[in-house]
Amino acid sequence: MSDRSAEFEQTPVESYLSKEVKSNVLSKSKVRRAKIIGIVMLFLAAVVMFVLAPASQGVATFGLSFSDEKFQLSALAIPSTAALYVLAMVLAFLGGTQFLKGFQRKSTLILGISFVVFVISIMIWATAGQEFSLISMLVSTIARTAPIALGALSGILCERSGVVNIGIEGMLLGGAFTGVVMGSLLGGWVGLIAATITGGILALLLAWLSINYRVDQIIIGVVINLLVLGLTSFLTAQVLVKRPEWNDAPIFPAIKIPLLGDIPIIGPMFFDQTVIVYAMFGLVALTTFMLFRSRWGLRTRSVGENPKAADSLGISVAKTRYLAVIYGGMVGGFAGAWFTLGTVGRFDEGMTGGAGFIGLAAMIFGGWNPIGALGAALIFGFSDSLSQKLALINTAIPTEFLAMTPYLVTIVVVAGLVGRARPPAADGVPWEKK
Amino acid sequence: MELELRGITKAFPGVLANDNVSLTAHSGQVLALIGENGAGKSTLMNILSGIYRPDSGEIIIDGVDQKFHDPGAAIKAGIGMVHQHFMLVDVFTVAENVVLGIEPTIAGSILNTKEADKEVREISEKYGLAVDPKAKIENLPVGIQQRVEIIKVLLRGAKVLVFDEPTAVLTPQEVIEFFGIVAELKSRGATIIFITHKLKEAIAIADHITVLRAGKVVGHADPKTATQEELASMMVGRDIDLTVKKTPAKPGESVLTMESVTMTDDLGRDLLDNINLEVRAGEIVGIAGIQGNGQTELVEAITGLLPLAKGTIKLKNLDITSSNPRQIHKDGVAHIPEDRNHMGMIGSFTIAENLVLDSYYAKPYSKGIQMQRAAIDETARELVAAYDVRPPHIENNGGALSGGNAQKMIVAREFSRDVPLVVCAQPTRGIDVGSIEYIHEQIVKKRDEGIAILVVSTELDEIFALSDRILVMFDGKIVASLIASETNPTEVGLYMAGQNA
Repeated sequence: MSDRSAEFEQTPVESYLSKEVKSNVLSKSKVRRAKIIGIVMLFLAAVVMFVLAPASQGVATFGLSFSDEKFQLSALAIPSTAALYVLAMVLAFLGGTQFLKGFQRKSTLILGISFVVFVISIMIWATAGQEFSLISMLVSTIARTAPIALGALSGILCERSGVVNIGIEGMLLGGAFTGVVMGSLLGGWVGLIAATITGGILALLLAWLSINYRVDQIIIGVVINLLVLGLTSFLTAQVLVKRPEWNDAPIFPAIKIPLLGDIPIIGPMFFDQTVIVYAMFGLVALTTFMLFRSRWGLRTRSVGENPKAADSLGISVAKTRYLAVIYGGMVGGFAGAWFTLGTVGRFDEGMTGGAGFIGLAAMIFGGWNPIGALGAALIFGFSDSLSQKLALINTAIPTEFLAMTPYLVTIVVVAGLVGRARPPAADGVPWEKK
Repeated sequence: MELELRGITKAFPGVLANDNVSLTAHSGQVLALIGENGAGKSTLMNILSGIYRPDSGEIIIDGVDQKFHDPGAAIKAGIGMVHQHFMLVDVFTVAENVVLGIEPTIAGSILNTKEADKEVREISEKYGLAVDPKAKIENLPVGIQQRVEIIKVLLRGAKVLVFDEPTAVLTPQEVIEFFGIVAELKSRGATIIFITHKLKEAIAIADHITVLRAGKVVGHADPKTATQEELASMMVGRDIDLTVKKTPAKPGESVLTMESVTMTDDLGRDLLDNINLEVRAGEIVGIAGIQGNGQTELVEAITGLLPLAKGTIKLKNLDITSSNPRQIHKDGVAHIPEDRNHMGMIGSFTIAENLVLDSYYAKPYSKGIQMQRAAIDETARELVAAYDVRPPHIENNGGALSGGNAQKMIVAREFSRDVPLVVCAQPTRGIDVGSIEYIHEQIVKKRDEGIAILVVSTELDEIFALSDRILVMFDGKIVASLIASETNPTEVGLYMAGQNA
């Protein structure tokens, strides 16, 4: 045994792990990238210093508690001008250091921190002289994260098995529609189940066409999106308008978890939400565990990476893909219910507003990993929520511009930070058994 | 375990892939199955591993007639395939790859990673296949990946191991290691079938050799007495001369001159370290060396694909050091790249298009913005005929050609131009004997026309068959400059290993 283990140490495994070694040393391209990041940060500092700070007056007040909470936190009062100058200095310091010396491997983290500081600056500037309920913005961030994270999860399940799903938007919309109709007729829980089944049926269409007939998966996704958009718009105009009682579903109430729900800030954010939001966290955790720790997950990922290898070991590629895609579709349909049963209780044409595509971006940004996708979805949920809440107070930013924010963030994130994400090797590649 | 195939016949539309093939493999022995590409080796192995079903014939294992309806049945019967292109999931660990499909689990569904690691360790210790179960496949060299494939089939209880061209992707040292593994498996009573077209390896490792040609068994040979020439002739069906016939070189003026050429990577490490070399008209200079000692970089420096840190490269009197690839190409450097499929051709383009890939933009193949199909097709037809590319259908995709014919197509394109220098990188890697013989003849013919030729090869046999002078590369440097007729493979091998320097 002992001489064998010595032999293991001698295997030239380590010497081939040169990628690790390389990333410790700065190459020319990395130095250039570090400089560019530094310049971006210095630019942000300049914006805060010369645009935001001079334009803000008075105290920005941020509410941290709802009035009905057990433990009240006093509102955060920030002298806007002084705070902005301080934040500008922080940004300038970080940017200058990054430009001159670089934070090397921490560059991306520092860039992230800089963006956070910048967003805080924007909030202080927008709120200067007014009051802004930070807590209600944070609570709605979590709520708005739910459909995006679930949409991303739907995509992850499909793509990990090798089937590209860009029909998430359609699955959300379909789920939202059947959810509200069945919810109006038979109650919220039936609506939720109907939404889930709707997503599953749409996914079955994707699986059937892509696995059995090897139709281009992108095209099937587009078809699903257009089909559902057309069908729900038609039914809304022809049926729901005439029968408004079919478009009036009960809304799932927020359920406050005893004790945990009383914690200031954390409580309302995470422990006083609807069942759909709780389910989102549960599904993310469960799916992560299943994908990376279970036999089903190993086989599903093997089919998405190298179906030929899986097939040669007796794993049915088609069956595995069917299961993953249908599970993914059901998650997508379930997510759709959030738009109706989770918020307003009624359906409007095209009400998902691209959340499925933002979910797709979250999936990529999160590296096809449920936890990562949840993190990305939080960014999108935050920008969505922030733009909504800022529109309520009287700020200098036009509301139309605010409404753009989530999509703008999507573009920046996808274009700037996604480059290194690696999709499953056989993602989108039809499998043909010889 | 004793494996016998009796009268296996399998027809595909228009082709009789296996015609009444019978062979026997014994426990503790290695049967080498040799044959040209398209001789029916792969079909036979696909039948053996349950992927195809034979039209007629029997598979008998230890006296029992077996019928395989799917790969699972063949695995159960104790047959394990090690495919030429590894069936591994790159992003999985060794252990995950090995247990995929027969995962040890807790409560029927949760992966038992510890147990999987243990299973891998047990097999790897038993057979001396050192590998770290937790390593990711993508970080492992090809030789270790092959071990993982072997562990995979052993864990599934394989008694008959079928290796399909196992050495095609290995470096020379890995080949030696692989032979050690085969010897170990043999000593433990495994039945081994070794499919190859490398005759030397078949002779070195096999206990029996069976030769296939055009779907039929055309002969058997005893590796103790058989010569490579005999085997090659049996494979091809005509006499093959493995020694390339050539007269002594009559070198003329200097065509390629490289002076203190140095190339560094992103981190400032030397890939090429002060290379000085000269290739004269009418001689073949062979660059010997183990893969990854700077040969690729040397070729890409000459052809302008990679920039130099310092040094000069001259083509006759023209300085081409910082010219771009197209300019160098126009100035008169033909290049047969080492990676046929990625650099030499575009698989989804037709043979005709591939044949003008380097000159499509010039007359007569283009007029203004319009390509001249008729002119392209005419040239393509001539080249396909002249260089014996089979099948000669110029409208077929290049990717549909066999390795040997694809290489002939590339040789046709590069050799048909009137240039003073030809750079051939691994000109016969992974192709059949007939094509090797043909390409070698063409290279010598070019030399005799007074062209300067640089041949880079990791195959020592090829270096000795072609070269007038031999340069050995090690660690980015030229460590030896030898006259081919005055040295021998042992000496060159020592230089290649970095000794003797």
